[in-house]
Amino acid sequence: MNGTIPLSHHSASLEPPQAEPARKPLVQFQSVKKSYDGKSLVVKDLNLDVGEGEFLTMLGPSGSGKTTTLMMLGGFERPTSGHILLDGKAVEKLPPEKRNIGFVFQNYALFPHMTVAENIAFPLRYRNRSRAETQARVARALSMVHLDTFGDRKPGQLSGGQQQRVALARALVFEPSLVLMDEPLGALDKQLREHMQFEIKKLQVELGITMVYVTHDQSEALTMSDRIAVFHDGMIQQCADPVTLYNAPVNRFVASFIGDNNLLPCQLKLADKDRLRVAMADGSELDAINPPAGRMKDLSLSIRPERIAVAGKTSSPLNNRFQARVGSLFFQGDHVRLTLEAFGSDALVAHVAARDAAGLRAGDRAAFEVPFADCRILEA
Amino acid sequence: MSTATLSLGRSAAMPLRQAVRRAERPARNLAVLMVVPALLFVIITFFVPILKLLATSVQNPEVASGLPQTMIMLKDWDGHSLPDEKVFAALAADLDAAHKTSSAASIGKRLNYEIPGARSLLVGTARVVSAFSPPYREAFLARDAAWGNPEIWSVIARNESRLTPFYLMQAVDLRQDAEGHLQSAPADEAIFLDVLGRTLAVAGLVTLSTLILGYPVAYMLTQAPARIAALMMLMVLLPLWTSLLVRTTAWVVLLQTDGVINDILIGLHLTAERLQLIFTRFGTVLAMTHIQLPFTILPIYSVMRTIPATHLRAARSLGAPPVAAFWRIYAPQTIPGVTAGCLMTFILSLGYYITPALVGGPRDQMLSNFISTYINRDLNWNFAAALGAVLLLVTLGIYGLFLKLAGADKIKLG
Repeated sequence: MNGTIPLSHHSASLEPPQAEPARKPLVQFQSVKKSYDGKSLVVKDLNLDVGEGEFLTMLGPSGSGKTTTLMMLGGFERPTSGHILLDGKAVEKLPPEKRNIGFVFQNYALFPHMTVAENIAFPLRYRNRSRAETQARVARALSMVHLDTFGDRKPGQLSGGQQQRVALARALVFEPSLVLMDEPLGALDKQLREHMQFEIKKLQVELGITMVYVTHDQSEALTMSDRIAVFHDGMIQQCADPVTLYNAPVNRFVASFIGDNNLLPCQLKLADKDRLRVAMADGSELDAINPPAGRMKDLSLSIRPERIAVAGKTSSPLNNRFQARVGSLFFQGDHVRLTLEAFGSDALVAHVAARDAAGLRAGDRAAFEVPFADCRILEA
Repeated sequence: MSTATLSLGRSAAMPLRQAVRRAERPARNLAVLMVVPALLFVIITFFVPILKLLATSVQNPEVASGLPQTMIMLKDWDGHSLPDEKVFAALAADLDAAHKTSSAASIGKRLNYEIPGARSLLVGTARVVSAFSPPYREAFLARDAAWGNPEIWSVIARNESRLTPFYLMQAVDLRQDAEGHLQSAPADEAIFLDVLGRTLAVAGLVTLSTLILGYPVAYMLTQAPARIAALMMLMVLLPLWTSLLVRTTAWVVLLQTDGVINDILIGLHLTAERLQLIFTRFGTVLAMTHIQLPFTILPIYSVMRTIPATHLRAARSLGAPPVAAFWRIYAPQTIPGVTAGCLMTFILSLGYYITPALVGGPRDQMLSNFISTYINRDLNWNFAAALGAVLLLVTLGIYGLFLKLAGADKIKLG
C-alpha cells in the first residue's frame, strides 16, 4: 500500500471535472455570521452548499473562520445570524446530540477510561441498539479500520495512528449522514498522515459519506477533496475543485496559499479581444490571460514555478520568452529549484526538470520561457 | 562496526552495566546531596518524635524503678493472698527512699491509673514510713487497712515490667483484670472508642461537604474565562493564607448566639428564637468545611485541568445528552483528583484540634482535644501518646484502605 498515490476520482485526468451531475445539497449555509465579542465577525456572511456524498475541505490559515464554521455545523457554536440547513431543515438551534453528525476531533478525544470497543460502542448506547447488534457493529467498525484485535485495549496503549483510526471508527459506527473532521491528521508524522489521507478518502468513497474536513495543509486538501473552500479573513475566497483552484485561482491569497507561486507586480499594456499583454516592473512585456474586470491598478501576474522552463527545451510558439540571471540552485531530486533575477524581482522561483538544468550555474544568464496560459493576471 | 568492536574490547574487563553506573555516579551523588538536608530535617523533626511518641505509649518506668526491692520480693508472691513480712519490709525501705527523693507521688500517680485511691495511700504511707518498726506488715495495715487488699499488690506486681500495654488498651477501652485477662472497660470509663468514632464521623462529614461544595467550583475554575478563573482561584487560596486560628475565631463571632448569623436570621424573621449554632456538631463541621475546602478543591482542579474540553464535545456529538456526557465521560476522569482531595481533607480533619475546641460543644471534642487534655491537664504523657498512636494507626489504615480500594494510580496528589 502506497500512501502517496492520490486516490481522488479526478486523479485520472488533470482537467477540471466536466459538468458533474448536480448533487442534492445536504448542508446549506445561508448568510451565516458569527461574532464572539460583538465587535468583529469571525465568519462574515457565509453561503455554502455541501452536496450529498461530497468531500468538502475548508482550507485556510488559523483564524480564518474555518474551524468556527465547522463548530457551528457540529452544534458547538451558535451562528450570530443566518441559517444552517441539514437535509433541508434548519438546525442552528439543535444541540449536537440531536444532529446525528459524526465528528472527529483534532486530538481524537478518545475517552481514556474506556476500552477501544467501549469507545466505539458509546454512540450506539444512545441509539437503543441491542447488545448483539452493538457488538456486531463494533466488530465491523474495528475491522474497517484494521484494528480487529485491539478492542480490549485502552486508548493510552495505542499509537497516534491507531488512536486516529479508533476516532474514525467511532464517528462512523452509527452511520451518520455527515462526518466532520477538524484537522484529524495534524498530530501524525508525515508518512502516517499521507497513509491516513488515503484511508479516509477510501472509506469516504466506499461508504458514500458526506464529509466536511478542516485543515490548514493544502496538500492534504488537494489530495482528498472533491471541492475545497479556501477561507481567509472570515470569508470564502474561492470554492472549487482542486484542479480549478490550483490552475485558476481567483485572487492573490488563493494563488499563494495553494501551492508555490510567483506573484509579480504588472501593468496592463494591451487588452484586445483575443490578446492580453502586460508590462513588468523592469519594462519587459509578457502575454497573459484572465483580463481584470474592475480597476486596472495594483495588478499582479501569477506564475507557478513549475510552469517556467529552460528555453529551447519545449517547442510551443505561444511561450513567453525571457532572459534571467540564476541566483541560486537547489537540487530537489526530481527537479531543481532555481531563484531567478527577472521582471524586477530577484526571487522569481522556477522548478525545472533536473536534466534541463544540467548546464546551469549560479550567476549564469540564461533564457527561460513560460506559456502565456500560465500567466494569470490577478486583481487582489 | 569497527569502532563498536573497539570500544567493546575494553568492556570485557568492565561490563556495560558497571560502566553505566560509573558514568551516572556524579549525577546520582549530586541528587542525593540535594535531598539530604530536607531528609535530615524530616527525620529529626518528624520521624524521631513519632518513634519517641510510640515508645512513650508503652513505657512504664515509675513503679519498677521506684520500688526496686519490693519488686524482687514480690517475685515469690503467690498473687492472691496477702504478701509476707519480707515484702512489707522491702516496701518500707523503698517508700522511705522514695519519700527522701520525692518520687513517691509519681509512683502513686502511676498506680492510681489502675486502682483509684492508690496515690493517697502511697503518699500518705510514705510520709510516715520512717517511723515504722518491725513487724512491718502490722505497721502498714495499722496505717491503712487498704494495704490488706491483694488487688493493690497485684497491680504493683504487674508493673514490674518497664513496658506495658496498659495505655494502649485503655485508648481502645480495654483493660486487664486482676488475673491479667482482657475485658472491656466499665461503661462509664469506656469513652475513647466513642471519641474515635466521633472523630471519624466529623472528618467524614467535612470531607463529604467539601466535595459537594468544591467539585462544582473546581469545574468552574477550569471553564471560566482566564480573568474570572484567576479571581476565583484567589478566592479559593485566600483562606489558605489566613491563619487557622483567625478563621476559627471568625466563625465564633459569626456563630455565637448573639452573633451575626443569628442577628440576620432574626432580622429577616426567619426564626423567632436565636438558634444554638456555636458549640454544636453543625458549627464544627461548618467551620472545618470552610477551612478544608481548598485542600479538596486544588487536587480536583489539577486533574480537571488535564481533561480536554473536546471530550465533552465528542460525547455530545456521539449522541449523549449533556448530563450523561458529564457523568459518563467527564466525571470518571476526575476520580484521581476526587480521591486525592478527599483523602487529604479526611486525614487532615482527623487531626483537627483548635476548631472543635473553640466551635464545638463537649460532645464534639475530637481525639486531638483529648490528647491535649491528657498532656496539659493530667500530665499523663503516656496515655496521650497511646491515643496519638491509635490515631496514627487508624489514619495509616484508612490511607491503606483508600489505596487498595481506589488503586494507587487513581490517586493523584501532585
